[in-house]
Amino acid sequence: MHPKRKKRLLGLVVILVGVGLASAITIWSLRQNMLFFVTPGDVAAENIPPGRPFRLGGLVQPGSVTRAEDGLTVRFTVTDGEGDIDVAYDGILPDLFREGQGVIARGAMDQAMVFQATEVLAKHDENYMPPEVAEALAEKGHPLPSRPQSAGDGTP
Amino acid sequence: MSRAKRIFHQFGSPPWLFRFAGWLIPWLWLVCIALGAWGLWWGLLIAPPDYLQGESVRIMYLHVPSAWMSYSIYLLMAIFGFCALVWHVRAAEIMAMASAPIGAAFTLVTLVTGSLWGRPTWGTYWVWDARLTSELVLLFLYLGVMGLHSAFDEPRKGARAAALLSLVGLVNIPIIHYSVVWWNTLHQPGSVGVDGSSIHPSMLWPLLIVALAAKFYYGANLLSRTRVRLLEENRHRRWARAWVTGGID
Repeated sequence: MHPKRKKRLLGLVVILVGVGLASAITIWSLRQNMLFFVTPGDVAAENIPPGRPFRLGGLVQPGSVTRAEDGLTVRFTVTDGEGDIDVAYDGILPDLFREGQGVIARGAMDQAMVFQATEVLAKHDENYMPPEVAEALAEKGHPLPSRPQSAGDGTP
Repeated sequence: MSRAKRIFHQFGSPPWLFRFAGWLIPWLWLVCIALGAWGLWWGLLIAPPDYLQGESVRIMYLHVPSAWMSYSIYLLMAIFGFCALVWHVRAAEIMAMASAPIGAAFTLVTLVTGSLWGRPTWGTYWVWDARLTSELVLLFLYLGVMGLHSAFDEPRKGARAAALLSLVGLVNIPIIHYSVVWWNTLHQPGSVGVDGSSIHPSMLWPLLIVALAAKFYYGANLLSRTRVRLLEENRHRRWARAWVTGGID
């Protein structure tokens, strides 16, 4: 290879490695801030004080959804298998909201350790199937929809 | 000269590339339109609705292929840019710069369709989670590459500066890809991988066909843009003038 081209090639490789390393270090140091939500297990471990806003993510515990007398406030439990947190919310729930569904709620803990949500979003998982297949799976005893949040396989 | 080296040199030759692209483009369009029509007809009309999302799952047939294209085109643009910077091949500069607007368009389609899907599914058009934010950064990178390229009076200087920017922006690609694995995000993890798919085959097949059609679209679009640019830059050369006046391909 021509020495001039070799020099350019080397220069580029140095730049790319440098930029890559700098980004990796930045991302690593910001890893806590990159999390869109925390799970009930994290909340228990980190002891988040009442009043501090955060996003709570997990599955809606089956059988836990109740509506208050006023017909607006909904209460349910969010679980991740390591902890449970009671959530209260008075607003419009997304269409996908149901028991067993992944949700992300924004809000803060109150003094009674109930999470007062100001917004509830439904989290969709990576499974796509026709209704008949879902029914067949449910009949065989597969719980749906209830894949854990972090079960990514590393592909888009 | 080895076979690989000869192909590399041929691609660097404007008249050869111009003629080769001219021969290939109609075939690429043919396959693109056939596959695109087949895949979209299957996906939008024939494929079943999803058990949870209902009919809104059909947005996937546009969103997922666009998302795949948005970062594969970026990767190719960076490879062309790398060749342009190291070997100073004009054809590589042209192809890198011609890739940017196509990639930007696919990124925009990804963001818009994703947003329209997010409203009925998640309950919001937009959140600042790692996947959505890094895809938005990708759009800005494309716009930055296009802007930097056109900011220079001398096209070759502009192309090389923009190629360097595209190489620096390469760090964003693994971030987009792994954002859903490394961090908690609202966006779901990937459904399709080398080890299988969590999309039912009745929905996966049309998706893969549209994705293939998108690749042919990129090829046809890229080569058309490259041809225009080659003709413009070589307008004083004999082969270019012969083509324009005589219509010889």
